[in-house]
Amino acid sequence: MIYLQLFLEFFKTGLFAVGGGMATLPFLYDMAERTGWFTAAQLADMIAVSESTPGPIGVNMATYVGYVSGGVGGALIATLGLITPSVIVVLIIAAFLKAFRDNRFVNAAFYGLRPASTAMVASAGLTVLGVTLFQDGVVSLETVHWKAVVLAAVLLVLTRWVKPTKKLHPIIFILASGVIGALLKF
Amino acid sequence: MKELLSMFLTFAKVGVMTFGGGYAMLPILQREVVENKGWATDEELTDYFAIGQCTPGVIAVNTATFIGQKKRGVIGGIVATLGVVFPSVMIITLLAGVIDAFSHLVWVQHAFAGVRVCVCVLIFNAVVKLWKSAVKDVWALGIFLVVLAGAVLLDLSPVVFVLFAAVAGIVIKTLEVKKA
Repeated sequence: MIYLQLFLEFFKTGLFAVGGGMATLPFLYDMAERTGWFTAAQLADMIAVSESTPGPIGVNMATYVGYVSGGVGGALIATLGLITPSVIVVLIIAAFLKAFRDNRFVNAAFYGLRPASTAMVASAGLTVLGVTLFQDGVVSLETVHWKAVVLAAVLLVLTRWVKPTKKLHPIIFILASGVIGALLKF
Repeated sequence: MKELLSMFLTFAKVGVMTFGGGYAMLPILQREVVENKGWATDEELTDYFAIGQCTPGVIAVNTATFIGQKKRGVIGGIVATLGVVFPSVMIITLLAGVIDAFSHLVWVQHAFAGVRVCVCVLIFNAVVKLWKSAVKDVWALGIFLVVLAGAVLLDLSPVVFVLFAAVAGIVIKTLEVKKA
């Protein structure tokens, strides 16, 4: 039964997530909350693994969530669920490619969808931020993980403003953060 | 049959070599699909990629479906797509099992706590990148703020926001045309 549920959840994600792999995040958080198959903290770990392994990040996350929720079969079903709407939609659009691209309504809808997608990824980011920087996700001065805040600030500067490190692949930062976390007992 | 197999393997290769988002895939597609196989031209690839971004789902999957269907119709689209996701399914399933086996170790938990900090920063950087192509005027900023507030405060399915944003976009653009 979980297979059918997984397929439908990921079919929905594949159909409504617009703007690439990260756009599936809000759907995965929504899934975590409603189904209890996995937690927000687990999802953050899955994002890290998905970003550090070969393959498109959206597909990797679907496979991982599927595996955690329903084993090897779950991994297969979740991935198939994610790609099925894509395949159907793309095959339909491919039939009248130019008309789709130049359509006024399609462009207008995407004018609205892009900022919405950005906002939803930002909101999912805030959820990860809450469980990462604060004990049990409770936001207060007593529960803040100072070590994590300092690491976040350093990473932010290195990935955005320092020229020699800005272009480095995210895996390097993920691995370094893992080592720092293990050594400093995060 | 031979061509379909070659298609599956080529896209599996593209899948293995793609790290991170769909954008990382473009140079690899250029080499494998345009230069090595000649299944599409550079212009076609750019078009597919642009449309792949504006269709629902993962960009890498959408682009693979486009190229596959162009070459061999519906079957081609399906085979190319299965090829591009194949490495992900294999690698992640194996890795997830391994991580499961070690996740009770204290130092592994500490390591993942550190990794999570990095994930926050990566998501922030992704948001900045999306923002640049998404929020270009005051109306778009308005949609961003409304959806952000809604997503943080309300317990609604993301589907609701997607539908709201599509309708809002059409309404705003229609009003702009009327005014002009």
